[in-house]
Amino acid sequence: MPSWPALASQAFNGLALGSLLALVSSGLTIILGTLGVLNFAHGALFAVGAYAAFVMLQYTQSFLLAIAVGCGFMLVLGFLLERLIIRFFYGRPHEDQILVTYGIGIVLVECVRAVFGGNAQRVPTPSWGQGATQLGFLIYPTYRLQLIAIIATLLVGLYLVLYRTSMGLVVRAGIENPGMVGILGINLRRTFLLVFAIGVVAVGLAGMLYAPVVAVTPDMGANFMAQSFVVIVLGGLGSFPGAVVGGLIAGEIVSLTSAFNSSYSEVMLYALMALLLVLRPQGLFGSEGRV
Amino acid sequence: MKLDRRQILLGGAGAAAGLVLPGGAAWAQTPASIGTFPDGVTADSVFVGLTIPLTGVFSGDGGDLKLGYELAISEINAGGDAAKKWGLQGKGVLGRQIRYKVSDTEGKPNLDVQSATQFIQRDKAIMLAGSVSSASAIALEELGSREKVLYMVGIAGSNDITGKNCQRYGFRSQQNAYMAAKALAPVVAKALGKNMKTAFLVPDYTYGHTVYDSFAKFSKEQGWQQVAKEVVPLGTTDYSSALLNIANSGADVFVNIAFGADAVASTKQAEQFGVLKKMKLVVPNLSSFQDKELGAEIMQGVYGSCDFWWTLSDRYPLAKGFVDAFVAKNKYHPRWGAHIGYMQTYLWAMTVERVKSFNPVEVIKAMEASKEQPYETTIGKVYFRAEDHQMVRPIPILRGKAPAEMKGPEDYYEIVDVAEGESVMNPPDLFGCKLGPYT
Repeated sequence: MPSWPALASQAFNGLALGSLLALVSSGLTIILGTLGVLNFAHGALFAVGAYAAFVMLQYTQSFLLAIAVGCGFMLVLGFLLERLIIRFFYGRPHEDQILVTYGIGIVLVECVRAVFGGNAQRVPTPSWGQGATQLGFLIYPTYRLQLIAIIATLLVGLYLVLYRTSMGLVVRAGIENPGMVGILGINLRRTFLLVFAIGVVAVGLAGMLYAPVVAVTPDMGANFMAQSFVVIVLGGLGSFPGAVVGGLIAGEIVSLTSAFNSSYSEVMLYALMALLLVLRPQGLFGSEGRV
Repeated sequence: MKLDRRQILLGGAGAAAGLVLPGGAAWAQTPASIGTFPDGVTADSVFVGLTIPLTGVFSGDGGDLKLGYELAISEINAGGDAAKKWGLQGKGVLGRQIRYKVSDTEGKPNLDVQSATQFIQRDKAIMLAGSVSSASAIALEELGSREKVLYMVGIAGSNDITGKNCQRYGFRSQQNAYMAAKALAPVVAKALGKNMKTAFLVPDYTYGHTVYDSFAKFSKEQGWQQVAKEVVPLGTTDYSSALLNIANSGADVFVNIAFGADAVASTKQAEQFGVLKKMKLVVPNLSSFQDKELGAEIMQGVYGSCDFWWTLSDRYPLAKGFVDAFVAKNKYHPRWGAHIGYMQTYLWAMTVERVKSFNPVEVIKAMEASKEQPYETTIGKVYFRAEDHQMVRPIPILRGKAPAEMKGPEDYYEIVDVAEGESVMNPPDLFGCKLGPYT
């Protein structure tokens, strides 16, 4: 049995890990929850975001500036993907959407590999986030502490834009009945475009913020994509608050299991997902029949 | 040149045809036709099939490995000074140019087997090489033995390759986990002190477990005591929960067994958790590009071992030739993946020229007999052990240099010791090796 300080440390770590998972999953859930598209290029876009930060950092030498420019790049990439490919798939079955986004993912990852090679790239921790901070009985990396605050702000911002403005309403109405929304004189095309691009920026931003922590390689997104799916299944497919709560729960499970035995942490996560699928198939915040 | 009995027996008309005349009792069982031999040997060329992950998680090491093979093949085909220094004669191997193809296998054993099967059936490959994972190497070894085509193992460190999964048609030049640990433990104990407390980070697959078993055993013999062991899934991206336990374990030494991108992520995060300030880092098997990927700031003071480091060129003339040619061609210093590709290709070519035949049975028997006639290589004199096909070879032990100590951008390590091969070998039957039949 681990000591109380060890458990408390892991519980805190679960919060930090969970907030990162929530941010990583948010891009996936935005696109799924509003446009109804299951985006299998999610992992690849995460990697593209991290590489964008890496490249911009070389030019700007400032982490914040690199992230700002990187977000601009992801926005343009999101626009292009939506206009050139995704918009033709809104009305198609999920199988088609999965195939096309999966294909986009492969192309993006191999483009990254062709340009940068297969080795990990170095994205240093920003100067304001270096070192570790003593928090009572535990020492925690300063950058991760800052990330919790940054991510909380971002998630609240995303939620307000998508669900407390008319844009979210228009998108959801447009998915249900595009003809009627069109008759009301609303430009659906532009709204869909914008929402998809916001989703792409969200996942890219997660990649940028995570780049100083993980190994930046072309395949880095694969694991995050798998975890994101677990998180949104836990929280409820397409539910934004669900992704946040699901992320926090996933983080706590991984962390608290590690206090006992780290080799079981991932197994416990999937076990919980399986249990939830049996007891509440729509997830914690999902509504039946949606998506 | 000194001729031995075997070369005299195998000379003459048989060699001209690429065939071997039976001579003496030991060679009576050699079939005239086996696997892709002699169909795969034309008057002017032979084909070599390379199965290498160029995409996927092993693509970094795979790219390096590929450049090693290509350098060796181009040198051998040109028949210039480089090939002569290895003792090869004329252009190509036995006068045949080496043709080759590289198949991207993504590091997936099923794709390795699929590509290698194509190389055998379509191209009549006379030799197979490649792999950047122990799982791939095991699959290819089995295929080679079933199809009777020689397979020279690429990057693969698990004890099983020349242990319970060993095969008659597979030969490995890289040291296994046991050898690496036995060579490394006394050196680090001498440098860091006896009676240290250790915390292990172990990736949960065959490689991770065999490296852990071996290093835990030999570090214990040095008086080291384990206080934490964190087993994590392969491909973990966030190690924070395992690192919290390690940070609070009170250990003096952090033994990180994670490999490749996992090694990069876990070490980077260990640094952020302040683990590297409190503990010395030991990496039983250093990943190929770990130095560059993490940078000297983090890698300074780390102790580890690997197949080859480029400053060995100060000790061995053939290593100098290799490193210089590689840098000239590829504009960076070769890592040990490239070295394995390069050396394994030359070892095969040298053996073929020794027996004056591409017949795999002849080549295998000569490799098995290499203890009497060791190969002069980029790491000095080496030979393959007849019982399990593991190479007996020196093992470099490295220490990461601080940024200020580096004399060039890629001068990441100091070679603190080169362990002598014979002294670190496991007993040949320890891991249950049973080589199959020749035919």
